[in-house]
Amino acid sequence: MAKHFDRELEKLKKKILSLGALVEERVYLAIKAIESRDPDLAKRIIRSDHEIDETEVEVEEECLKILALYQPVAIDLRFIVAVIKINNDLERIGDQAVNIAERIQSIAKYPKISFHFDYTEMAEIAAAMLKQSLDALVNLDIDMAFRILTLDDEVDDIQGNAYSQIKQAMREHPEEMTYLINLYLISRHLERIADHATNIAEEVIYLIEGEIVRHEDFNRL
Amino acid sequence: MDTQLSIIPTNLNDIESIDARSEYRMTNLRHGKKMGPLKNDRDEPGKTVGEPFVEYPRMTCRDVDVYYGNKLAIRNVSVDIAGNEVISMIGPSGCGKSTFIRCLNRMNDTIEGCRVTGEITLDGMDIYDKRVDVVPLRAQVGMVFQKPNPFPKSIYDNVAYGPKIHGLSRSRLELDEIVESSLKKAGLWEEVKDQLNQPGTSLSGGQQQRLCIARAIAVGPEVILMDEPCSALDPIATGRIEDLIHELKRQFSIVIVTHSMQQAARVSQRTAYFHLGNLIEVGQTDQVFTSPRHRLTQDYITGRIG
Repeated sequence: MAKHFDRELEKLKKKILSLGALVEERVYLAIKAIESRDPDLAKRIIRSDHEIDETEVEVEEECLKILALYQPVAIDLRFIVAVIKINNDLERIGDQAVNIAERIQSIAKYPKISFHFDYTEMAEIAAAMLKQSLDALVNLDIDMAFRILTLDDEVDDIQGNAYSQIKQAMREHPEEMTYLINLYLISRHLERIADHATNIAEEVIYLIEGEIVRHEDFNRL
Repeated sequence: MDTQLSIIPTNLNDIESIDARSEYRMTNLRHGKKMGPLKNDRDEPGKTVGEPFVEYPRMTCRDVDVYYGNKLAIRNVSVDIAGNEVISMIGPSGCGKSTFIRCLNRMNDTIEGCRVTGEITLDGMDIYDKRVDVVPLRAQVGMVFQKPNPFPKSIYDNVAYGPKIHGLSRSRLELDEIVESSLKKAGLWEEVKDQLNQPGTSLSGGQQQRLCIARAIAVGPEVILMDEPCSALDPIATGRIEDLIHELKRQFSIVIVTHSMQQAARVSQRTAYFHLGNLIEVGQTDQVFTSPRHRLTQDYITGRIG
């Protein structure tokens, strides 16, 4: 039984990692699209989201099958539970990449604008958090997982900046309201990506330690 | 700000690096390689991890060793059994779990060359004291075995035998009441009330096992020891015994030896893991099955040793 079980686990790991790779690629493309405001790139992101959705369903089915057939316990159980949740977070990150692409499609209709917010830093931190959360999963690196949790605050701070700057721009240029709302929403989507990466890090901590760290205040650490 | 600069991937602009990264991850994902702060058997040999002791124990065991002749079968076991709890004993064959529970009502006295040292108490009384009479002790600490073993007597007499020899009833009427209430507690009354004079062996395996439980209950025990009580039963009969264990917990303490990890997880509040005569870990059942603290426990329950 142990051998069958290990083979199933191996299959599941391959699947969740390939989902991770797909999602990382979409986030990367979304960041490119924020920089370039390229509506074709945005369209490509939106059109390919079904790949992520399908892989997510496959991962979930694999998990359900393992739970039903092998009744895993201890580390094996924690691994399956972590994968179920990480699977969900990855799919949602994919959705955020689609949301960003949709924002870019509307923004691209406004070629001449008076205000611009530079999302480079925020996007890089969010992408780094996603990358590191997957690395932490692979290497079972609890220190890295905890570091990701602290990075989330920086993303929140940048979103706060975007909020006040764009609010000011709205006052000055009310005629560009639609554009500015879409520009602000990008910060919201990047912030959600960082949140989901944080969730993944928390799942990794649970996987390693067996303790649920959600809803704790990490600023005290 | 310094911390985050160092973590930003330098290759973010290189789409191919994502595939390479993913491949690297797959080759490096080694499940369980450095998993958690698990205790190893080398850390503190012979020391039980977890929570072997409780605030209000019904039975206590301290430094219990059991020898069969010169062979040490279990070593230095210290654990409490609380009131109104189900505690399950798990571990590979020959690990000493059955030997251990047989100490709790001195069933090992019947085995030639078996010697028990250390201290075992029931409600504060040392059960290995010379003045202790094992017959009432075994009524207080009852036992149910792997294979149902009803007496070759009627259903009624199987249950009535114990109360009769222990002098627990003064009249036929009282005895009838004890038999009825014991069979009710064992969840068997409705099925057998019209055939109490039939032989106990005429019942199905699952019913026979419940008859044995009724027989143990009839003499008013405090603790019931169950040595793999469901291993000879089908899943439906097993389910009924498990439901029964859940009911009986209100009144008794139950110590159950089982080879079914799922059963231990279903019926018990605490779980003890034995390995080669050592008590490795004791903890709340949900904790043991989600986050065991000792590597040996984890290896056993995940099927990686056997």
